[in-house]
Amino acid sequence: MRQTEICIIGGGPAGLTAALKAAALGAEVTLVDRNDYLGGQLIKQTHRFFGSKEQRASERGISIAKELADAVESNKKINVLKKATALGYYKDGVLLVEQDEKIIKIKPKKLIVATGGAEKTLLFPNNDLPGIYGAGAVQTLVNVFGVKPGNKVLMVGAGNIGVIVSYQLLQAGVEVAAIIEAAPQIGSYWVHASKVVRAGVPIYTRHTIKRAWGDTEVEGATIVELDDNWQPIEGSEKDLDVDVICLSVGLSPLTELLWQAGCQMKYVPELGGHVPLRNENLETTVPGIYTAGDAAGIEEASAAMMEGALAGINAAHSLGYDAPDLNKQKEKILMELTGLRSGPVGEKIRRGLAKVTC
Amino acid sequence: MSDCRCKDKDVNIVCRCEDITLEEIREYIKNGVTDLEQLKRLLRVGMGPCQGRTCIPLIVREIAAYAGKPVEEIPLTTFRPPTVPVKLGVLAAGGEKDD
Repeated sequence: MRQTEICIIGGGPAGLTAALKAAALGAEVTLVDRNDYLGGQLIKQTHRFFGSKEQRASERGISIAKELADAVESNKKINVLKKATALGYYKDGVLLVEQDEKIIKIKPKKLIVATGGAEKTLLFPNNDLPGIYGAGAVQTLVNVFGVKPGNKVLMVGAGNIGVIVSYQLLQAGVEVAAIIEAAPQIGSYWVHASKVVRAGVPIYTRHTIKRAWGDTEVEGATIVELDDNWQPIEGSEKDLDVDVICLSVGLSPLTELLWQAGCQMKYVPELGGHVPLRNENLETTVPGIYTAGDAAGIEEASAAMMEGALAGINAAHSLGYDAPDLNKQKEKILMELTGLRSGPVGEKIRRGLAKVTC
Repeated sequence: MSDCRCKDKDVNIVCRCEDITLEEIREYIKNGVTDLEQLKRLLRVGMGPCQGRTCIPLIVREIAAYAGKPVEEIPLTTFRPPTVPVKLGVLAAGGEKDD
C-alpha cells in the first residue's frame, strides 16, 4: 500500500494545476493519469486561448500543456504515475490503480478527482457506420497523430468544440460541407464561428441530422430543419455528400470514482449530467474528496485550471500547509473565475453551479 | 442522392459495445422493463468496454420520456469498480509486495 498526502486523478488542466499548487504549499502529491503523456485534452488544442492575460490569452493549449507538464514532472514533491488507470475507490479510502498490468493500492489523505469528461453521442439511423466520430476523436486524429479522418465532413453541433474542430479540419486540408446546430443560435464564441464562415463553411442553425447512409462506411447524410418545438419540418431535408460525420453534441462529466466514494450527486443538465455537490472549497460531501475541472461540471480549460488551483490549495491547506498570502491567492483565483463566468456566455454555467454549490 | 442499397436500413445503435438498438430498448421498456438495472441485466447495456459512458445517458432519456418523468428522477445503476475492463490475471496477481 502506497501512502501519499494528496492523490490527484487526471493529468489534464485541472489535475496539473492542482498538483502544482498543492506542491507549492509543501504537500506531497501523487498524480495518476491513464495516458502516457500529461496535459489531457490540452495537447490537441492548437488554437489560441483568449480572455485576460491571467487566463493565458493568446497562448495555445498545446503550449500550456507542455509548460504545466514540464513543471509537474520536474517537481520533486510530485510523483507522477503515467499510463495508470484508477480502477476504483473503496469506502476505506483506498484507491485501486492499474499501471503496466500491475495493481497498485494507494491510500491518500486527500483525493482530488479531476477525471474530465467523455463525449456524448447522438441517436440517428445508421449511427454505427464507420466514418462517424466524436469531434474530440477527430481533433486527436488530426492534431495529435496527423491523420485525416476523411475528405468531407458534416459537423453536428456548433458549440466551441464543433466550430474549432471544423476550422482545424480546414487547416488540415479537409473539406467541411456544413456545420449544423439544433438550437436557434450557435453556442460557440463568435470569434471562432466567424473564422469558419469566412472560410466558406455554412452553419445551419435549427437543423439536425436525420440519417446517415452508406454500405460499409459513411457515404452521405440527410439533414433536416427543425420547427419551434424541435420537430423536423417535412420537406426541408437536404442531402450532403460526406464521408465523415463528426458529432460535437457535448460532454458528460466522468464521475465513476465520485459515485463509488459515496459523494452526493445531482443531475444538472447545464453542467453536462450528474455532478457532485461541492462547497466553495470544491470539497464534495465526502470530507477530504475534492473535485475540479470537467468532472465537476463541463466548462472549458481556463475554468478547469482555476478550479484545479483552488482544489490544490484547499486540499493542501486542510493538511496544515499554509502560506502568508494563501487567502489572497484564493481570492484572486475566485475573482478570475467570477470574471470568466460573467456575462451572457457564463449564464448557463452560473445557473448550473447554483444548483450544486452548498 | 446516393443510391446505396443500405440507405434505408435504419439501424439506431444505442449501445455500441453490445450492439443494442433503440428499437430493442423501446420494446423492452414497452413491455414493462423500465428499470435501468433490469435492462442492464437483460441486454448487457452498459457492461461492455465503455462501461455505459455512451449508452446509459441515451437509455435514461428513453426511460424518462416513456415514464413522462424528468431525467433526474430515473435511478442509475450502482457504480462499482473496476471503472474500465481489466484482465483477470492482473487482478489475480495482486498488489505490491507489502500489501
